[in-house]
Amino acid sequence: MAIRSEPIVAVARRPRRAPSLSAWLDRGPVFSWLMMAPPILFLLAFVGYPFCYGILLSLEHRPVAQPGSFVGLANFVTDLHDPVFWRVAMNTFIYTGVATVLKMVGGLGLALAMNQQFRFKNLVRALLLLPFIVPTVLSTVAWMWMLDPAFSVVNRLLIALGVPRPGPSWLGNPVLAMISIIVINTWRGLPFYGITLLAGLQTVPTELYEAATIDGAGGWHRFRYVTLPLLRPIIMIVTLFSVIFTFADFQLVYVLTHGGPQNATHLFATYAFDIAMGGGQLGLGASVALAMLPALALLIVAITIYLRKKT
Amino acid sequence: MITGYGPIQRTVRVWLPVVFFLFVALFPFYWMAITSLKANSELYNTHNMPLLLMHPTLKHYIDLFNSTHFLLWTWNTMLVAVISTAISLVLGIMLAYPLARINFPGAGLIAIAVAAIYLVPQPLLFIPLADIINRLDLGNTLTAVILTYPTMLVPFCAWLLLGYFKTVPLELEEAARIDGASRLQTMRRIFLPLCTPGFISAGIFAFTLAQNEFLYALIFLTKTEVRTVPVGVISELIRGDVFYWGQLMAAALLGSVPVAIIYSFFVEHYVAGLTSGAVKG
Repeated sequence: MAIRSEPIVAVARRPRRAPSLSAWLDRGPVFSWLMMAPPILFLLAFVGYPFCYGILLSLEHRPVAQPGSFVGLANFVTDLHDPVFWRVAMNTFIYTGVATVLKMVGGLGLALAMNQQFRFKNLVRALLLLPFIVPTVLSTVAWMWMLDPAFSVVNRLLIALGVPRPGPSWLGNPVLAMISIIVINTWRGLPFYGITLLAGLQTVPTELYEAATIDGAGGWHRFRYVTLPLLRPIIMIVTLFSVIFTFADFQLVYVLTHGGPQNATHLFATYAFDIAMGGGQLGLGASVALAMLPALALLIVAITIYLRKKT
Repeated sequence: MITGYGPIQRTVRVWLPVVFFLFVALFPFYWMAITSLKANSELYNTHNMPLLLMHPTLKHYIDLFNSTHFLLWTWNTMLVAVISTAISLVLGIMLAYPLARINFPGAGLIAIAVAAIYLVPQPLLFIPLADIINRLDLGNTLTAVILTYPTMLVPFCAWLLLGYFKTVPLELEEAARIDGASRLQTMRRIFLPLCTPGFISAGIFAFTLAQNEFLYALIFLTKTEVRTVPVGVISELIRGDVFYWGQLMAAALLGSVPVAIIYSFFVEHYVAGLTSGAVKG
């Protein structure tokens, strides 16, 4: 009897006494952390570690391919006494500010224009997104050719309209070069604003417009008091995203002007690149790149708080 | 909203702005195409009408293929984009699934961290990464970019999929769990097959980002055999101060074609991915 009953007891007890490995693996937290471990380890190794290492580098005198020596905040002091650094800071803020406003206003215009009924709407939307899809470097090369000192198509059209020869030197004049990079950044980023805001516009219930019309609101008032308040969350999130990537832009300026003429279009990213990769001063370059951190951190915290509130 | 207008008013209100935006968006592409088809004699003649094409020729395209490694760069770009997109999708799913479907302590914190990492721009990381890639002896290998592109693509895919996963109803998974399926089985057999549209959106987006990437490729790939299209075009078609505009425009156009084709097939998924981040949170 005893021999027969024992196995039954053992089977009944097994889950409690020694839970099997598969049952343990199936527990929510265990499964979750095991599943997330590979991506988290990857991000720690290739984002977390470089980030901390970058901070360490910025505190070192570190010529390329040589051992570094700890210098404390000396690199940052050098930056603060460097007139080019201040020029770069000013350029970055002007570039980000003006391009963001242009993209926001233009994108709203684009969304309103697209939020009407017409034929081939989907085709038009697909075509309008092209500047945003195509590799930035390649479209920037096209713009470079459009603004070429000798053969600029823009200038040839301007001259045909009566502007005196040889036309403006778009990439040779400091102010015009800044205007050029802002225009090209706007050209590229506008569809992102436009299509995202269009998706927002399409969620505005038509009854609201009808109610507003019955209450006697004209086109402008409907836009100002119905559309705009409902779009505000989307406008905000799109703008925050775009500000971050405009602030840290590299490709456009590197390709079009290399920061010139006379550093007039250098941004933090391109200047850090020049110092670290061109000049071989890894530590000083890292300090210039890190100078972006306070403004970026503020924006990133703003977005994450905002996203958290929504979800 | 726009009803009861005559045809002229309708043209002005609807088509005028649309045509304006289309013209601005597409003119650079028109200019790329027309330049790449002009012979140098026509290209550098300032007395003709620049917007028209008189004698089309494929000479610049033939030169591009014969005198540069453009085809090799295209192959490299595709290879890198496909592999890094695949890696990022798999890692992104592994990150997003538990965050979206399972309640466990720390989930909120990880979700916030993923969003924050997605927002860390490359210029903040490229100098230390360059040193790390050097120490790993990976300079001038495609592995260098295949390893570094997912640093921006994984958080991106995870964030986009997290939003998508939350929209899928829970019932099917609950039924599978009650029938005795493990979490892993439920995820693989029941849940993931439901999410194909989300994977296409995230994949297309990640693919275009990888094709577009320039900074890491510029730093890590300095030999012509390993270059991607953007770096190859900038470093080798611009030789000193001499610009081969015909070839450059041919390369810019051809380099844009793969992305444009893939995008045209999946434009709805692309737009869904684009807007989900902002609209749905």
